[in-house]
Parts: sequence; structure tokens; C-alpha cells
Amino acid sequence: MSKMFSKDNREAFFNALNFNNPIAAQVLGICSALAVTSQLKPAIVMSFCVTCIVALSNVIISLIRKTIPNRIRIIIQLVVVAALVTIVSILLKAVAYDVSVQLSVYVGLIITNCILMGRLEAFAMMNGPWSSFLDGIGNGLGYAAFLISVGFVRELFGSGCLFGVKIIPDCVYSWGYVDNGMMTMPAMALIILGCLIALHRYLNKNKDI
Amino acid sequence: MEQTLSLFIRSIFVDNMIFASFLGMCSYLAVSKNVKTSFGLGVAVIFVLMVTVPINYLLQVKVLSGGIGGYDLSYLSFILFIAVIAGITQLVEMLVERFSPSLYSALGIFLPLIAVNCAIMGASLFMQQRIEMAPTSSQYIGGIGDALVYAFGSGIGWLLAIVGLAAIREKMAYTIVPKPFQGLGITFITVGLMAMAFMCFSGLKI
Repeated sequence: MSKMFSKDNREAFFNALNFNNPIAAQVLGICSALAVTSQLKPAIVMSFCVTCIVALSNVIISLIRKTIPNRIRIIIQLVVVAALVTIVSILLKAVAYDVSVQLSVYVGLIITNCILMGRLEAFAMMNGPWSSFLDGIGNGLGYAAFLISVGFVRELFGSGCLFGVKIIPDCVYSWGYVDNGMMTMPAMALIILGCLIALHRYLNKNKDI
Repeated sequence: MEQTLSLFIRSIFVDNMIFASFLGMCSYLAVSKNVKTSFGLGVAVIFVLMVTVPINYLLQVKVLSGGIGGYDLSYLSFILFIAVIAGITQLVEMLVERFSPSLYSALGIFLPLIAVNCAIMGASLFMQQRIEMAPTSSQYIGGIGDALVYAFGSGIGWLLAIVGLAAIREKMAYTIVPKPFQGLGITFITVGLMAMAFMCFSGLKI
């Protein structure tokens, strides 16, 4: 048990969560981070799917890493990921159809999410299954943290709701508060993410990124 | 003819890959440091799009949805599309290495990464969605010609976006930016402002 949570493994997990966050520090997986965050619910579903797929594909690739010929490794990685994404997309249609309609092509685009390829190349090809699994979960959660914070800001200020439930009371509107429709537009997602990344850098400024 | 022209213009400006659906962001942010390299990457993306989207269109219409022996195989579309894209990217990589070694070294790791560029996969997935739309819609793709036009238009849109950002970033090197915003933060905000400018095309009716 002590080996399972050794120092290296813990580092693989927590580094990805904060200091070496996939979105803020490594700039991976931005596309979906921006497109699905206009509301909180799709953002959470998306981050859950990505976390599962990163962890599972990390484990699978790390199990077969010694048998993969170096030249065709990208294609093998893509096939593993594509198979997992197909399974997730079918499951999502069965369990939560309305969210899967909202996410539309972005479920399929998890295949080309750079976090996956980045982690497979940089970590799973060189490490054992258990630490790869932790690394996958850590990166998935790091991705989720950003997705959910952007989704939170955009839904709260864009439509005054969280999970589709009105949060801002009516009396605030009668004082002249207006929802900022701009927040639901794609452009604001970029600006919010830019500010979040700057904040992340400011908090980690003692460490050299 | 009118429909095709409208599809073309729309895919460049209204449904712009970067500003409307955020596709291909990773390489967009990483390669846009100077105009020349980003132009090269843009042309490579246009080429890969124009080859893969029509191939995937044919796969989708003739093989997957038609089915072999009556089976609906559309659940295989992710794996087949990505295999076609990875194969074509390998081809482009070899061609660029043969004909333009300087561009090859400038693009570096991002050339093979076109295979996992969301813009390429995204175009194929959007194409798959648009086949099922009503034929009167201006987004409808009804034949291989439409698929080609759509691929070309989205490629041009991506090229415009990356060359524009690269030009802005070249100028931005001379400005003083607050420390935490340096590099990535300010780039995101620039892209956000560009996206706002592109939003005014969204009411365009042709």
C-alpha cells in the first residue's frame, strides 16, 4: 500500500492538479475547454468524460507500451483513444441524451484533445500502469477545475443561473442589474480563460514555469 | 451555385473554425509567433482538410450510413475518420519534408500533430452533422462538391485567423504587458477581442 502512494506517484497526481495544470501551464485541450463552458452542466459532464478517458487510455497504453513499435505509436494511441471515445459517446447518448445533444461534436473531439496525446506520449509510454492511472486522473481533474470555473462564471453572469436554476434573486434585477449576454458568447470564454491563466501564473509566480 | 457560394462564405466568416467553434486552438496558439511559419501551417491545414473531408464524406455516405449488408455502421465513424486523417497527415509530412525542408524544421512537432488538430477532426464531424440537415439550410452539405467547398472555406478561415493573430503578436513583442499576463494570458485576450470582431459577421445573410 505504501508503494502505491509513493512520493513519485503523489507528485504525478498533485503536480497535474495545480502547478503543472494541463490547461494553464501546458496549454493543452483548450478547444473543448472553451466550447462547452457556456453552462455548468455540460462542463461537468465533459470533464467527467475526459477524466475517465485519460485515465483508462493511460492505463491501456502503459500496459502495452513495450509491445508498441515506435514508428506507428501515434496511430495505435489514436485507435485506443477513438475506441474509448466511441464507447463513452454511446453511453452518454443512452444515459444523458439532452447533454449529449448539447455537447454535439465535442464528444467526438475528445479524440483530438491534446491532453490525451500529450499524457500518452509524455507519461504513459514511460511509466507503469498504476502511476499512469494516477497521472491520468490528476490531469483530468486539473482540466475539470478550469472547465468548471469558466462554466461557473459564464453561467452565473451570463444568465443568472447555475445548473439552469435561477440564482440571482428577482429583487436584484429590479435594482437595475442586467444579465451580461456577452458572457454566453464564445468571445468572452477566451477572455475569462486568459484572466484565469494570468491568475494561475500570479499564484505560482515563485515557481518558474 | 448560389447555395455553394453561400456555404463557402459562411464557412470562412460565420462558422469560422477558431472564432465560432474554437477548433484547432492548441497549434493556433503555439505556432502563431511569426507570420511566415503560421502561413505555412495554414496552407498545410487547408490541404489536409481538402483531402480528408471529401474522403470522409464518401466513407460516411457510401459505407457507414448505407451499411455493409444492411448493418448501420455509423458508430465506427470516429475510428475510421481518425485513421484517414492520420494517414493523410503522414503523407503531407513526407511531402513537406521533400519539397520545403525549411518549413519542415520551422513547423517541427506541429506537423505530425495536425493529425490530432481538432480543426481537421472537427470539420469531418461537422460535415457528418450537416449531411442530415434540411436541404434548404445554408449549412447543408449535399454532395462531394459541397464537402470540398466546405473544407476549403474552413481552411481559409483558419488560415486568416492564424495569420491575423501572428501579425498582432509580432507587433505585441514591443509592448509592455503586466507580468502574469505575459505570453499566454494576453494572447487569449487578443483572440477574444478578435472573436468579438468576427461576431459581427454572424448576422450575415447571403
